[in-house]
Parts: sequence; structure tokens; C-alpha cells
Amino acid sequence: MRYETPASAKEAAGLLKKEKGAAFLLAGGTDLLVKLKMGIVEPDLVVDIKRIPKISDIQSSAKGFTIGAAVSGAELGEHNGLKKAWPGVVEAANLIGSDQIQGRATLPGNLCNASPAADSVPALIAAGAKAIVVGPLKKRTVPVEKVMIGPGQTSLAKGEFIEAITLPKAEPRSGDAYLRFTPRTEMDIAVVGIAISLKLERGVIKKARVVLGAVAPTAIVVAAAARAIVGSKLDDKALDKLAAACSAACNPIDDKRGTIEYRVRVAGVLAKRAAKIAFQRAGGSL
Amino acid sequence: MSKSTLVSTTVNGDAVEFACPTDESLMTALRDRVGLTGVKEGCGTGDCGACSISLDGRLVCSCIVLGVEAEGRTIETVEGLSQNGDLHPLQQNFIDHAALQCGICTPGFLVAAKALLDRNPNPNESEIRYALAGNLCRCTGYDKIVRAVQATAKDMRKKGRS
Amino acid sequence: MAHDNSYVDKKFNVVGTRFNRPDGIDKVTGKARYGADASAPGQLVGKVLRSPHAHAQILKINTSKAEKLQGVKSVITFQDLPDLTGGDQGMADILENCMARGRALYDGHAVAAVAAVDEQTAAKALKLIDVKYKKLPHVTDVDEAMLPTAPVIHDRIFTRGVEPKPTKPSNISSRTEMGNGDVDAGFAQADVIIEHSFKTEQTHQGYIEPHACLASVNPDGTSELWVTTQGHFVFRNVCAGLLGLDIAKLKVTSSEIGGGFGGKTHVWIEPIALALSRKANRPVKMVMSRDEVFRATGPTSSTSIDVKLGAKKNGQITAAVAELRYQGGAFPGNWAMLACMTAFACYDIKNNKSIGWDVLVNRPKVAAYRAPSAPMAAFAVESAMDMLAKELRMKAIDVRLKNVAREGTLAPYGPTYGPIGIEDTLKAVKAHPHMRAKLKPNQGRGVACGFWFNIGGQTSTDLNIGVDGTVNLAVGTVDVGGSRSSLAMIAAEELGIDYEDVKANIADTTSLGHNDMTEGSRGTFSSGMATIYAAREAIEVLKQRAAITWGIPVEDVAWEAGHAVATGKGHGNLPKLSLREIAAKSGRTGGPIAGHNEVTADGAGMGFASHICDVEVDPETGRSTIVRYTVVQDAGKAINPDYVEGQFQGGATQGIGWALNEEYIYGADGRLQNPGFLDYRIPVCSDLPFIDTKILEIPNPSHPYGVRGVGETSIVPPLAAVANAIANAAGVRMGHAPMSPPRVLAALDAMENAG
Repeated sequence: MRYETPASAKEAAGLLKKEKGAAFLLAGGTDLLVKLKMGIVEPDLVVDIKRIPKISDIQSSAKGFTIGAAVSGAELGEHNGLKKAWPGVVEAANLIGSDQIQGRATLPGNLCNASPAADSVPALIAAGAKAIVVGPLKKRTVPVEKVMIGPGQTSLAKGEFIEAITLPKAEPRSGDAYLRFTPRTEMDIAVVGIAISLKLERGVIKKARVVLGAVAPTAIVVAAAARAIVGSKLDDKALDKLAAACSAACNPIDDKRGTIEYRVRVAGVLAKRAAKIAFQRAGGSL
Repeated sequence: MSKSTLVSTTVNGDAVEFACPTDESLMTALRDRVGLTGVKEGCGTGDCGACSISLDGRLVCSCIVLGVEAEGRTIETVEGLSQNGDLHPLQQNFIDHAALQCGICTPGFLVAAKALLDRNPNPNESEIRYALAGNLCRCTGYDKIVRAVQATAKDMRKKGRS
Repeated sequence: MAHDNSYVDKKFNVVGTRFNRPDGIDKVTGKARYGADASAPGQLVGKVLRSPHAHAQILKINTSKAEKLQGVKSVITFQDLPDLTGGDQGMADILENCMARGRALYDGHAVAAVAAVDEQTAAKALKLIDVKYKKLPHVTDVDEAMLPTAPVIHDRIFTRGVEPKPTKPSNISSRTEMGNGDVDAGFAQADVIIEHSFKTEQTHQGYIEPHACLASVNPDGTSELWVTTQGHFVFRNVCAGLLGLDIAKLKVTSSEIGGGFGGKTHVWIEPIALALSRKANRPVKMVMSRDEVFRATGPTSSTSIDVKLGAKKNGQITAAVAELRYQGGAFPGNWAMLACMTAFACYDIKNNKSIGWDVLVNRPKVAAYRAPSAPMAAFAVESAMDMLAKELRMKAIDVRLKNVAREGTLAPYGPTYGPIGIEDTLKAVKAHPHMRAKLKPNQGRGVACGFWFNIGGQTSTDLNIGVDGTVNLAVGTVDVGGSRSSLAMIAAEELGIDYEDVKANIADTTSLGHNDMTEGSRGTFSSGMATIYAAREAIEVLKQRAAITWGIPVEDVAWEAGHAVATGKGHGNLPKLSLREIAAKSGRTGGPIAGHNEVTADGAGMGFASHICDVEVDPETGRSTIVRYTVVQDAGKAINPDYVEGQFQGGATQGIGWALNEEYIYGADGRLQNPGFLDYRIPVCSDLPFIDTKILEIPNPSHPYGVRGVGETSIVPPLAAVANAIANAAGVRMGHAPMSPPRVLAALDAMENAG
């Protein structure tokens, strides 16, 4: 197995593109190294992007945040500006595994590993995050929801990788939240995940984005769920509609982590709980 | 057999060089190449924390870090906890509070607990429990481990130590 | 030398206090060496090829390509492990479980093994072994395996214990029945009858250290084995037997053990490592991966249990019946029989009957897991007790107290109880402040009892006094939880010296006579007893040396508080001699001073416990959180209370994991789907509160200090304690463990739909 530490994003992309054998990107390694240990992958080439300058930086500007691809969950959780603007994104990222995993796990890694149960993905989508994709010749910017196309599959072409995740500036009176269901308090893969981002105007929900995880092959944006709560102050009727819309949107499987029935049910339960948290973070009163 | 890569690193304050295959984990490199068997393999997939180390000041599972990634980096293992022959307060409290039975998880817990106390010298019970959730113990039920960490936090705050 | 092991009430100086364990420093500094921490020059890495099928004929194994791979030094199949068991079916089963002999019996069953110069080469070599399988029908569920239509795993199994003897083979290896009185008559007298069925899924001991060993066999038949084990002497005997080695020439050294709980009482990779080493003529190191530990070691039984209780209005149980179906994996076991012995052991029920069915399935061969078979039986019986209490409108504790077993009660499995602690633990629970703590919404409280026999077994111990008066204690029982500390304390107590002057070590198999495993909570009990007798023998020698020094008859020498004292007429002015002084002169008074003891310790004394559990159930997700937990257990005599508490808390936590989330998930293809800590969910630190403990001491009359085994009982009550708490919190009776969120939610739904 060859191991390379390119000094630039372009060089990294070039290595990935050129490789005739199995090439893998390495940032945090919390998925790749597990697959390596279990014999699921046998890389011919591993491209470690952590030596690329600024790849571990979080930059904040008037336009929002640019999070380098090697920024770990722990570093996200230590960034006060990010926590204030997008608490839902940060808490989602910080739910991935233990403190040890948090010391390494990255947002692009979580996204490109493309597990339907990825914790950070629903929150990123709800927040309107974008991925800066670098190829050997050019860069492109892509909404995060367009990256994962199926379990274990992304829309990235050979030679492309994500150099950074951007988050827009948080609008005033907005709030986001991420909740997930796991049997234990930690260390589990989400059975259901839900992210809700909303913006209030005069105490009423003006805009909302509701994204479910772990209940379909990819994270799903549930427009009907957003519609259920827009124009409301999260009264019980709106919450019931929200829950029903989320349950209806589920397309899960039965597996060792949860049954279809259970996921559908709990999606609705968590939707209500997440909505309340996001609403309060946006300044709403229940 | 593929050639090994030479890695230069700092381990517990000492300059250390080792050679390992590129696909070998840092855990295996530390155990088999550097001879530091305090790092334990409980699962090899980052689920149990028995292989916990500090990498450039960050708590990580060494079983899911490549040995070659350690180039130029600083590593701290359980073997580096005691200074000048004195046990670190965490180590002493683990013994005093009977916070270990078989002891296989103990090195990982010590490294994780130190990482916690380094960033939060006054954690409450819940913060301790969540910070240590990545370390599995099958013998103790965690009770005496949490008490040992609480006692250490108190001791270290009293002494003004970091 | 015969010894009287009767309990003697006395005041202790060392025993019962809290001392730091002597192996603590090595363990907190990373110096302690476990199974995977040894290496030998020229060692090879051993790896096992395992069946991916639940049940399959092995038509052909072609190892030629693997053998030719550069760096591979030996490859073995069952052909390299000839059957030397001479008709001993138990040993033959062990041999076949270690490596398949023509048929793979479970997903993960070892089929071949290689030893190569490094990990990568060994992994490559495994891929080059070509195995041709023919899949056979499989069965993994205990009830399904009992059906006449189930695929029969071994056609030599004809159910024992049924009349007339079956003419067709089946998966039911035996039927056991035990009990007292007349249950039909008893039920006829009952005012209230409770009947319920229960199911528990398979769990694993979950020790954090995987199995590991380093084997080295020489051409002359001498060999060494470094291994993580609960019993290096038993491992020696078994490995020697399977490989045709002489027992005395196989030196087995026990490493520190990273958890066992019964799961390291059997060999799996050890005979393979020895066979690979013998063939390669080089040391072979083998370490199991976590995946292999789950798939191919010895988990506990999954079960299916029916309980029926009959009682009078005043709460007195007039009849109790349990039918217990336990699977033992792909080989016959006695697990259901053990369950029959424990099911009603906490109670004095004149008419009781337990019927046990031991069943085979295509799963790994079951091994003991901390009070084996008892937790499942207790889940059923203790849940039924609460259901009975509800029906009778009595408090759960009071129904138990009404029927509690006492000294003189005839146990369901035969003997009459001596002094036992179950009533004391129930009374202590009743009086405990936990019982009066306020509960919040969605919270409920449950209690449950548990029992374990504990065993004695063979023990051999050496005590040697150094010329500076410090003492080496060599024992043969592996230290799983701090027993070295307790044994040093016992030696210090007997000799009358400081705890710090005694160093206890686990000796290798060439240094002591046979010692049985550390299991059955026997470590401190048995080695403790042997330590007492070895110390007393040493004291006799010390007295003799004092007598020689003083020139008086040894009858005039007494041993008091660590000193030889001259008693009797005319010796009053002889100053007493300390152990240190006598030891310093030992070279001139007759040589090294030692004591030695072999004993088959009897009368291990039963351990009873009662637990209190508070649970909060989220009614919308079914998720249960333990909010408070208390263990009350009779330890007989707690040598080191810190370590006794630790055993209580650790066992309770394993029981809680079993109650809430731990289970083996097999697919329809008979393959294990969750062989890792990610999806085999043991409790993590944030899942639990502090676990309160209360140690009771009702002395065991068959131990000089009154010690009872403590290590196992605490895993027995939690399944029912949690179930009873959930019943009180949410109104649902959970009969299927683990009581995971989907199961609880489904039960809540069913309850709501029933209206």
C-alpha cells in the first residue's frame, strides 16, 4: 500500500485521478482504517490530505464559515463562533462516536463515507451547507445534499475530493438542532436522525428545513414536514403534522439496528423534539 | 513483502524512530516496533478505547491511525503519565479507589481521563461519564473509575496542578 | 494433612480492611503483561481460517498454494490434530470445536490455520486456502431446534433422561428433572396461579482482552505456552491431552488476564498455536480479533423458559414449576441442568419442579458466563414473583420474604441449606433508603433476588519466607479481580505480619500442583483456604526453629501476633522472637522456612443477593435508562471490601447490559450479524449511575474466615430487577430479554391497543 502526503489540493486530486488501482483519501481515518482492518478495502494508494496548508482551518467571514476538510469534530466543538451560529451542525458532528473518534472524525469524511445514518449530514443539509470539490483541473461548489447518492456512493468523479465545507452566515432569529435515536447514550450508530433548521419572523416560523437521516438510502429533505410548521408557532397541531410528514417520508430498512416500523415511529417522535429545540434556539417561546 | 517506512516521532517526550509497513496501525507500531505494550488492542476498530493515546494533544484511538501518520507528531501513552518515578495523581487515585480489576482497560481510561482533565479541570459527573464513554470496561461497572477521576480532579485543583 | 475448615469467629487485624492491590502499579503504568504482550525470538504469527457458513460439509481443503507462499512456515487442518481422546467424548468435542473435522458446525468454526513470518503474510496465506463447502440446513433458535423437523446436528445425540429412550437422534442432548413434593397437589391448593413464558437472547462475556497466546513446541516434546486464561493448569492438561504431550513437559504460564467471566476457561486457539508451532518448529503467537472472539469462542445460552407459580391469598407459594430450554451451541452441554438447580433456590417451596432441556444449535459451543444459566432462570422466576405479587396485591419484597429460603430449607437440587443470607439481603433491601427515594414521572422501581452455588475445587499453594522476613506466596489460581491482594492479606493475617511484607504471585504450572480454574467464585475462597493452611504449616516450622534457638521443647512454643513466644514453666524470661528474627537465622537452624498446602476445598457456601433498580422509560421511544441501582449481597466475610464492592458493581453492570441491549443477532442465513462492540452493545460509562453496594456477612461455616465466593451472584438479579422496574414504570411486563427500545415500544403499543 502506497502512502502519499501531498502538499496541495491539486496534487492530491492528481494522485487520486492517476491511480489505476484502488485509491482512497485519508483525513480522519475513522471509517477508512476500520474498513482496512476488517478487510473490506485493500487500498493500493492512500492519499493523506492532512499536510495540505489550511486544510485544518476554520475560517469565518461575513459570508459564513469555511471548514477545512481535516477539521476534526473536537475542533468544531471548540469553535465558539460556529457553535453560536450553527449549534445543530456542531452537535450533530459531536455525536459521531466517542471523544477519541471526535479527535479525528471530519465532516467530509462523514459525508463521503456515505452511510445513510451519518450524523452530520442531515444537519449540514438543513443548514444549507455546500461542499467545495477539488479535481485535478478545477474546483466546483456543490450543495451537500447532492454529494451522497446512495449507501457508500458519492457523486464525486475519480480524482475529486472535498477540500472544505462551507456554511452560510446564520440569519437573525434562526436556530437549528439535530437529534438522533440510539439505544445507548453513546457509541451507537443512529437508528433515526433528524435535523431541523428554521427562521422566525415575529415569533412565527417563516422558513424551515427538515432533513431525516438513517431512514432512507440517503438523507432526505422532507418538504412536507417543513410546510407543516411554516406559519406556525409550533402548536400541537403543527407538531403532529410535522411528525406525520416525517414518518410518511421514511423509506427505511429492517436491519440489526432497527426495524422499519420502529424507525418510522421514532422519526415522528424526534421530529417534534428537534423542532422545539430549534424553535427555542431561534428565540421562539413555547 | 513491501518495504517499511521510517517514521520519526516523539513518544512520551523522547525522540523515537520506527519502521512499519504503510498499512500498519499506530497501535501495532507502538506495541511491536517501539515496544510500548501499554497500548492495548481490544477491538481494532475504534469501538473500545483500550488503545487510546494522545496524538498532538488530541485523544485518539491508535488502532485507527496509521503508523506512518505519526511522522513528525507527538505521542503520549500511558507509559508517559508518571514523571520522575512518581505516579500521576490519576494513576494513584485509580489504585486508591480500586478503579481497576483486570486492568486491561486501565491504560486507555488513564489517557482519556487525563485528556478530560487537561481541558476541563472541574468536570461534573455527567461530563466525566460522557468523556469516558469511548472507553469500555467490563469489570467495574465504571463506578469506581468515575470516583477516581472525581477525586483526581479535586486533588489537582487543590494543588493548582495542570 | 487433614484440616478442619470450620468457621471460627475471631477479630481480624488485616482481613476486612481496605488495602491497595499489589499488582496495581503495573496495571496503571502499562507494565503488566497480558496475553498479547509476550514475544519470542523467531516467532511466527498464527491465523485461523473460519467457516462462513452456519452448517456445511467440508468437501475438500486445499492448502497447497498457502504452503508455497513465501514466509509461510506451517499450515494445519484437522489432519494435524489426530484424535487421541480415546473415547472421551467431552475431549473429542473440545478437539472438534477447536477445529472442524469434516463439517463446519457454526459461522466462525475454525477450518484451517497458518503460521507465517508476519501478519500480512498470514492473512494472504488464509486467502490462498481453498475450501469446498456443501451448505447444509441449519438451525439457530433453541425452540426451533427442538422441533422434529429441525436439521439434526449430530446423529449420535439421543436424548438422555427420557423414557422410553428415543430411537431417532435429535438436537436435544438431555432432559433433566429435579424438585421436591407434589406440584399437582400444590397447584390444587392455590388461590392464585401465574403462568408466563420468557425468552432470553444469547450474550457474550465481553471481556475487553481477546484471547491470545504464545506457543513454543520443541522437537523433544517439551513446550511452553504463555496464555491469557482463567486456569493455566487445566489448559495444560487439556492441551497436553489433545496434542499427545506429557503434562510435566508443557509449561504453561498465565499472563495477566484482561477479563474472563467464565469465557477463558476453555481452549480455542491454544491447541492450534501448539500444533502450528510443532509443525513449524518455531514459536507461534496467536491473538484473536474481536470479530473472532464474538463468532468463535464461548458465549452463553439463549433460552426459552416457562414458569408457573401457585400461591395462597396470604402469599405462600404452594407450587412452582419451571421448564427451561437452553441451547449449548453445536455440542452437548449441561446448561439447562444448571438452570434447574438455581431456578427456585432462593425460596422455600415445598412442591417444586424444574425440567431442563439441553439443546444443540448451529452456534458456537457455549461456555460459562458468570453464574452460568442462573441469570436467565432468575429473569423468569423473579419476573413471575412480581406478577404474583401484583395479583395478590402484595408488595414484591413481602411475597419474597413470605417464601424465603432459610437455614434448614431443602434446596430444590438436593442439599439442605446451612446458614444463608437471602432473608438478610431482602430485609436489608426493605430497610434501604433507596426503597424510599421519590420516583419521577415515567420512573419505576423493581427488586429481584439471585443465587449462585460457588465451588471449591483443587488448590495447591506454596508459602516461602525470605531471610529478611518477607514472604512469597505462590498460588495457582489466576487473579481476575484482585485476589492477590486478598490472599496476601490472609497470609499476613495468619502469620501476624504486615500486609506489605507479603507478595502473592501466580506461579506457572511447573511450580505447583494442579489448581482448578478461577471460576465458580472460587479464587479467594479456595486459594484463601490453602493459604491459611500453608501459613499454619509455616508457623509450625517457625515454632520449631524458635524451639531450636531457645533449646526448649516445641510444645512450649506458641505463635502470637507474628512472634514465637515461649510458654510454660521456666521460660518466662525468654524474649519473644519475631518472624523476621527467626527467618534471618533460618540458614543455620535447618534451612529455608516454608509452608505448603494441597486442598480440595469443600463447602464454598452459597452467595445470595437482592437488588433494587430504578428505571425511567421514555414512553415514546421505549428507551430505558437506569437511574439508580443498589446491590445487597452476602459475602460471608469480605477479605478486601473494595474488591468485593467491585465484583458487585461489575456483575450488576453485565446483568444490566444483558437486560437492556446485549444480544447476538443471527440472520436467516445463520450468520452472526453483530460480532463487534459497535453493534453488540455493552453498557458504556454514560449509560449508568453510581451503583450502591451493601456487603452483608453471614459467615460460611465451612471456611475458617467464613468467606463465601462473591464474584458471580451479582449478575443474576439484574435482568428481572430491570424487568420489574420497567413493569412498574410503564405498566408492561417484558418477557423477552434484552428489553431493547423496540421491544418495549412494541409492548407499550400492544398494551395500548388492548385498551
